[in-house]
Amino acid sequence: MERAEIINRLPYGEPFNFVEGLDKVDADGAEGFYTFKPGSEVFRGHFKDRAVIPGVLLTECCAQIGLVCLGIFLSGESGERKIAFALSSSEMEFLLPVFPGERVRVRSEKEYFRFGKLKCKVRMWNEKDQLVCRGILAGMQVKNNNG
Amino acid sequence: MTESQYYQKLKSIVSPYLPEDVSVDQIQADSHFIRELNINSANLVDIVLDVEDEFDIVLENEDMEAMQTVRDAMAIIERKRSV
Repeated sequence: MERAEIINRLPYGEPFNFVEGLDKVDADGAEGFYTFKPGSEVFRGHFKDRAVIPGVLLTECCAQIGLVCLGIFLSGESGERKIAFALSSSEMEFLLPVFPGERVRVRSEKEYFRFGKLKCKVRMWNEKDQLVCRGILAGMQVKNNNG
Repeated sequence: MTESQYYQKLKSIVSPYLPEDVSVDQIQADSHFIRELNINSANLVDIVLDVEDEFDIVLENEDMEAMQTVRDAMAIIERKRSV
């Protein structure tokens, strides 16, 4: 499946789309990037005096690029359409803060995709190529009747 | 391997995935993984993968679907191992 087609099939809309582009997707993993837009409403309260991207959004970005884009690709390989993924577990470590305006790169490595469950290792780097977070995410394929 | 050995092995595979409010003693042959042991579908996949490793078998989608109770799982494992 083409990378543009994968992005096209993502179920997210603004302000909750955290995939800007994909550089690579194959059977073993996905790699893509996202720029956290300055001025987003969310950052006004996190924190009141200094904006830092919340860890949950870093996790979400890792999940959308690393897990969901890969899941859509893998589902497409087996001829399935109208597929969505629900996050089933996340175990993340956060190493460095990410600030509004920063562009991050996410890479995932598939551990397994069996019986509708996709589990992968994910890592995120900032523009200086420093690792900002890493972890293990898993999601379950769900039949999407609205798609 | 005897039936009780299968059962004991399966019990030890399942127990780490039990939610906090379900005790190991509640795992009975007739226990339904999802309805009675409160195991969610994501953890059930991990149980199935651990079963594959432990018993050195490969399970298919239809085996996963048929594996509703502990007894179902034992029957599938036994059938796969005898092939």
